[in-house]
Amino acid sequence: MAGYIFRRILQAIPVLLGTTFLIYFMVFAMPGDPLLALFGDKTPNPALLERLRQEYHLDQPFIVQYFLYLGGILRGDFGTSFSGEPVSAILARTFPVTIRLAIMALFIEFVGGVLIGLVSGLRKGKLFDASALVVSLIFISLPIFVIAFVGQFIFGIQLGWARTTVSSGAPIQDLILPAFVLASITFAQIVRLTRASVIETQSLDFVRTAYGKGLTRRRIIPVHILRNSLIPVVTYAATDFGVLLVGATVTEGIFNVPGVGRTLYQAIIRGEGPTVVSFVTVMVLIYLVVNLVVDLLYGLLDPRIRYVK
Amino acid sequence: MKIRRLGIGAIALAAASALALSGCASGSSDTPTGSSSAVITANGSEPQNPLIPTNTNETGGGRIIDSLFAGLEYYDATGAPQLDVAESIDTDDSQTFTIKIKPDLTFTNGDPVDAQSFVDAWQYGALLSNEQLNSYFFEDIEGFSYDEDSPLTGLKVVDPTTFTVTLKEPRADFPLRLGYSAFYPLPKSAYDDMDAFGQAPIGNGPYKLASDDAWQHNEKIDLVVNDEYTGGRKPANGGVTFVFYASQDAAYADLLGGNLDVLDAVPDSAFGTYESDLGDRAVNQPSAVFQSFTIPERLAHFGNDEEGKLRRAALSMAINRDEITDVIFQGTRTPASDFTSPVIDGWSDSLEGADVLKYNPDEAKKLWAQADAISPWGDTKFQIAYNSDGGHQGWVDAVSNSIKNTLGIDASGAPYPTFAEQRTAITDRTIQTAFRTGWQADYPGLFNFLGPLYATNASSNDGDYSNPDFDALLQAGSSTTDTAEANDDFQKAQEILLKDLPAIPLWYSNVTGGSSESVSNVEFGWNSVPLYYAVTKS
Repeated sequence: MAGYIFRRILQAIPVLLGTTFLIYFMVFAMPGDPLLALFGDKTPNPALLERLRQEYHLDQPFIVQYFLYLGGILRGDFGTSFSGEPVSAILARTFPVTIRLAIMALFIEFVGGVLIGLVSGLRKGKLFDASALVVSLIFISLPIFVIAFVGQFIFGIQLGWARTTVSSGAPIQDLILPAFVLASITFAQIVRLTRASVIETQSLDFVRTAYGKGLTRRRIIPVHILRNSLIPVVTYAATDFGVLLVGATVTEGIFNVPGVGRTLYQAIIRGEGPTVVSFVTVMVLIYLVVNLVVDLLYGLLDPRIRYVK
Repeated sequence: MKIRRLGIGAIALAAASALALSGCASGSSDTPTGSSSAVITANGSEPQNPLIPTNTNETGGGRIIDSLFAGLEYYDATGAPQLDVAESIDTDDSQTFTIKIKPDLTFTNGDPVDAQSFVDAWQYGALLSNEQLNSYFFEDIEGFSYDEDSPLTGLKVVDPTTFTVTLKEPRADFPLRLGYSAFYPLPKSAYDDMDAFGQAPIGNGPYKLASDDAWQHNEKIDLVVNDEYTGGRKPANGGVTFVFYASQDAAYADLLGGNLDVLDAVPDSAFGTYESDLGDRAVNQPSAVFQSFTIPERLAHFGNDEEGKLRRAALSMAINRDEITDVIFQGTRTPASDFTSPVIDGWSDSLEGADVLKYNPDEAKKLWAQADAISPWGDTKFQIAYNSDGGHQGWVDAVSNSIKNTLGIDASGAPYPTFAEQRTAITDRTIQTAFRTGWQADYPGLFNFLGPLYATNASSNDGDYSNPDFDALLQAGSSTTDTAEANDDFQKAQEILLKDLPAIPLWYSNVTGGSSESVSNVEFGWNSVPLYYAVTKS
């Protein structure tokens, strides 16, 4: 087991190097001069522009810029944004907010989705199952910004139950509404996935054996059916956690959440290379860790899966 | 749990009744209602640069800098300059200015606000190696250089409260510029560590930072009243919190949801509804933003000759500005009648030749045919470049269609993905089409809309326009000390522009905004930013 984990971590190094290189290249290849955009519609004088270029190393060829950046990272220096804040500080400020939001959304979608999916699966074809199908189809087919705007309008403005946007420091109570919005789509998918998996598991031999042995439904459903049905659901939810951590740009924008997605979006618009690359590097790291955790979870859920040294 | 909740409810009730009682009390006396200690919340955006006056050139940081610092002057709601730190600004020839400042003023850290603090700050802002984005503001002062580090020899400290400024050549509107943030003073301590200063600036203005870490990046910044400020912008509230929004939609939702007091930018999506949403708390008035599209003279058929002038005039008359501002912008733009803005002193909507900005399809067709007689247009395409990350597609398409339908030529928009990319193509002159241009004035004067944009070789003269008569009139207007005379010269200069049309004026942007029910006395300044100090909150 330890050897397996060690090998996986070793494998992550070339992946990280490769992705930072690619991302840096793409930011570099972005057309337009970010420094010119700093001046708005006004044209700066060439001497000043030249000095700013030198300061941000924008006058160097791509490969030099990349190695300067890599060298900085090794010294713990991720660079600075145009507003003078170290990128490491931005990372430390935004990731906790997004992680909090992602955990809340994950909790909502997983608990809600598995419960409803389980009941649907056990009562296949009944009224509950049919209505769960309709509701989940509605959520799957709606784009997230529609859900976000409607949620903001109804719960924030009309009813006043939640703050319209997230206030400074992103306290938990402000994040509830965005978390529900984020959870809504995956929630519906988890319902469908759990339902299908439960139906399949129910018809397997070991379940029939368990009934045959005279075990009660109260024991068979959670221990035999649910546990074995969860494997695909856990994989899905864990990958989704990665997506939640990096892809909540739209929702974070609408609810003004000071998290990763919103900050990254702004950095891309402003052409701040160091910020973009550092964020994406951390995101890749998170993806790698999440994937490793998922693989290890399999072993816990299904003892037949063993890790080869 | 239940008991606690009840307890909190009881406290809240008590507090509410106390508030109601004090409200009654102040209502019956002569003092204005509304507590002066309430902090207002206003929308902002994360400043793009450190908070140093000479390095802040966008509104996100600008509104904070203007609240934290007091310059020689400030601009009132009409855009007229009022003395702030200065006691007097005198000149005989519009070239040498004697500036006296009020005695015994200090920054919030105790450093004196004296002549030296202004001169040092300007020297710092102008020096090339300091890489300040606003350095061009000092270009007219003697000694300034764009190409090398060179001290401003035109600045001389006479005594602690007096200094003189000598310009390279007369600039009648120089005193008018002194309210802009580039001319603010800096405390001595700033120069020890400018990076740290930019994160937690120390000023002399109506407000100060609530604490050293009041700037919470990407979230908000908290300002409280600076009791030592004695100028004309004495705050009527207890402070301002600027909440940084990534999108205008989020800010607007907060205004409707009651979490925001003052909003200065209504999102496009709410143009149709905000006036009914907000009622008399909605604001929609022209601002100092001028929108146009520029046709560089190097384009075929648009040279500085008879044909070029005819085609430019025909294009201008082919655009139905009234309909486009009505339909596309729902009345949040005002059709242009000159090259400046209605909020500027000296503006006129009846310049000679301003008819060329009126929709006149018959005349447009006639002029276009005359131009065709000189040199046939053929199948050439007419394109207007714009950046598609800025919400410009709607009006560019509408303008193109208006041209296409009137003149029967192939006209369309030419999108660039980002603002940076478009600016790059314009700056290095590789762009081969007309392109959208906009100008937000730095200070409320006619010259600022004309000099930097259309004077020969001026910094933002993106179309490379050059007309000696125009340059001469600008020069004449700049050298006189009489404002009315100066404005007269500038208006004559504009009449030349209306003939040459280096850019086709389209409209003035309006400032659209609103406020919550809990605040009153919300007024917008000439630069579209609310006068936060005057807002009262109950």
